[in-house]
Amino acid sequence: MSEAALQFGKEEEMKPAQVVLALAGNPNVGKTCVFNNLTGARQYVGNWPGVTVEKKEGELFHAGAQVRVVDLPGIYGLGARATDELIARDFILSGAADVIVNVVDATNLERNLYLTVQLLEMGAKMVVALNIMDEAAAKGLRIDVSKLSMLLGVPVIPTVATKKQGMAELVATALQQAREEKQRARIVHYDKEAEEEIAKLETLIGEQGVPLKGFSSRWVAVKLLEGDEQVERQLSAYPALLTAARKAAARLEKLTGEDAETLIAEGRYGFIAGLIKEAVTRQPTVAEKATFSDKIDRVVTHRVLGIPIFLGAMWAVFKFTFWLGDPLVGYIESFFAWLGAAAAKAIPHDLLASFVNEALIGGVGSVLVFVPPIFLLFLALSFLEDSGYMARAAYVMDRLMHALGLHGKSFIPLVIGFGCNVPAIMATRTLENRRDRLITLLIAPLISCAARLPVYVLFAGAFFGARQGLVVFSLYLLSISFAILAGLLLKSLVFKGEEAPFVMELPPYRLPTLRGTLIHMWERGSSFIRKAGTIIFGVVTLVWLLSHLPPGTAVEQSLIGRLGQAIAPLYAPCGFGTWEAAVALFFGILAKEVVVGTLGTVYGVEEAGLQAAVQYHFTPLSAYAFMVLTLLYIPCVATIGAIRREAGWRWASFAVAYTLALGWAAAFLIYQGGRLLGLG
Amino acid sequence: MKLLPLGMLLPGEEGVIRDVGERRSLHCRLTALGLLPGQRIRVVQNQFCGPLIVAVGDGRLALGRGLAHKILVERVGR
Repeated sequence: MSEAALQFGKEEEMKPAQVVLALAGNPNVGKTCVFNNLTGARQYVGNWPGVTVEKKEGELFHAGAQVRVVDLPGIYGLGARATDELIARDFILSGAADVIVNVVDATNLERNLYLTVQLLEMGAKMVVALNIMDEAAAKGLRIDVSKLSMLLGVPVIPTVATKKQGMAELVATALQQAREEKQRARIVHYDKEAEEEIAKLETLIGEQGVPLKGFSSRWVAVKLLEGDEQVERQLSAYPALLTAARKAAARLEKLTGEDAETLIAEGRYGFIAGLIKEAVTRQPTVAEKATFSDKIDRVVTHRVLGIPIFLGAMWAVFKFTFWLGDPLVGYIESFFAWLGAAAAKAIPHDLLASFVNEALIGGVGSVLVFVPPIFLLFLALSFLEDSGYMARAAYVMDRLMHALGLHGKSFIPLVIGFGCNVPAIMATRTLENRRDRLITLLIAPLISCAARLPVYVLFAGAFFGARQGLVVFSLYLLSISFAILAGLLLKSLVFKGEEAPFVMELPPYRLPTLRGTLIHMWERGSSFIRKAGTIIFGVVTLVWLLSHLPPGTAVEQSLIGRLGQAIAPLYAPCGFGTWEAAVALFFGILAKEVVVGTLGTVYGVEEAGLQAAVQYHFTPLSAYAFMVLTLLYIPCVATIGAIRREAGWRWASFAVAYTLALGWAAAFLIYQGGRLLGLG
Repeated sequence: MKLLPLGMLLPGEEGVIRDVGERRSLHCRLTALGLLPGQRIRVVQNQFCGPLIVAVGDGRLALGRGLAHKILVERVGR
């Protein structure tokens, strides 16, 4: 948390001439979509709480002005606890933004305006983007925009971000606001008793000469009355003021029977209720009826049907991935086989030909073959997320997750982990409780991501013929079982303590736009192509070089052979004590799909010959143990990096150590157990 | 005025929140989501085991059972 504060401390160093525009709003209000429209950046549009977890920035030019657009994580209010909310809050409070565009969901004004009111109380220069106006109209809500704007005292621009409506006006108005002086201080009038205490505190703030850093004394007084920990911390040099505020809160509680925090929140909601009464008319026909979303929820979150429906959805995701992906893999395979043959003929130089065939085609090619299923998997997962189903899956799984001492919300990062573990670890930022976050991000690397898939497909295809589908499925089941097991162990050994309460928004179902889902798929999937061009290319080149050094030696005597032979004994009890397997696993830490690429290079075969080479070096039993080890052992460097960023070096090292131990033990038990049963 | 835990309301029943319990650490979050005294709340789904779905304003929230038992409501007629 202090890290976030430090980051934002640097804002002042940026070019002063630039206008900084920050997008703030609740989750699921189309904020990311507005961001995409404004900056043209290819970014992630989601539909479950907390999708925007990274600080995203973009550039925009308008009428000669250069504008830096910052997309803040979705927040419900300014009294936040979850990491992503703290990031947004710190940024807003730091005053780094010249103007705030508050994106608001017109179909759910009451809750959305709670943040708006808090932003206004702060005295922020802002514009309200009244988004999702099309759905509001369809719901029978008629919003008097000019009246709303008058009552809030800031410009309100109706928008439909998914159709790019209202964007130009939004930017023009925001830039105009950025140039204005900020003023508004009083927006909500609280109860008489509360107002009296606020006035007293304001006087005290004036007397004590408290530095206000651009905020009004009224805002500071309200915050102190609310018991805002961060403001209290910043004013710790004024103990008399803090004591007075605490006494004032106690007096209020005595007088009204309610604590000051609730009293102030009620005041804000009261103001909002009045505002809505004035500016919004609702056609009564639709209001009370069960909404479309409620009807779907009745089936999807059913106590008996819910879990089967979720499993069915996951099954459909993988079925879709392989049904469409397999033929495409076949085409790409034949392409690389042709390329290999053509290269062998065209390149006269032996060493160069070996580099092209073994490193480029055998290494990078064998990974690129898996681009279609990986993209399709991301496409299907993006659809589930963007449609709003993922939040329901979390709801349905809540009961099961309680067994791990977690709640349903922790389930979303795990499902995302099937695509890639890195966004899974970042998605844990939406969890409010540190204990929940740590358990979730420590077990997320055990979820079988798409990068492990090439390893399964190679080995299952080589050894299990018609039953390869079943074998791959069993690895996914194992991955979930091990995540549960690790969760149980962590819960009972490391993180004893109380479960955090579960509260989560269920956004209305929305049919994702094709563009949005494709952008989302590309965002996550393109990293594989980038990886193939960078890390994997680098690693296979290195492996190829090391396997030809010193010059003139046989592969076993090369540098890489010696490295492999040094590690190999470690893996011998698991059934694959060959130096090639050891090298592949060693470099596989850089990225799991490198295991396949490295095997291609060290066996010195092309993509097409890899299966035969693997069949020669493994037995079905040792192949299965190898797959399980690849699944579990040490997360890839990108994942380790993500854990370090989120939880620090200590936990990242812990994740490396425990997954290696778990993976080795599992592979050992499978291989030795299988041998005892006479399988190998 | 008889108060009962939110978790006891049947699907379709409505209540007015009177007390959200004393979890200070969660207070701001619940407030920002519209869960505070005086707010009307309708139970959309309650299976009397596991979490429930409630309607607050135009939004839908999933609430854990533990939390739902700490929130006290006054039932209002349909």
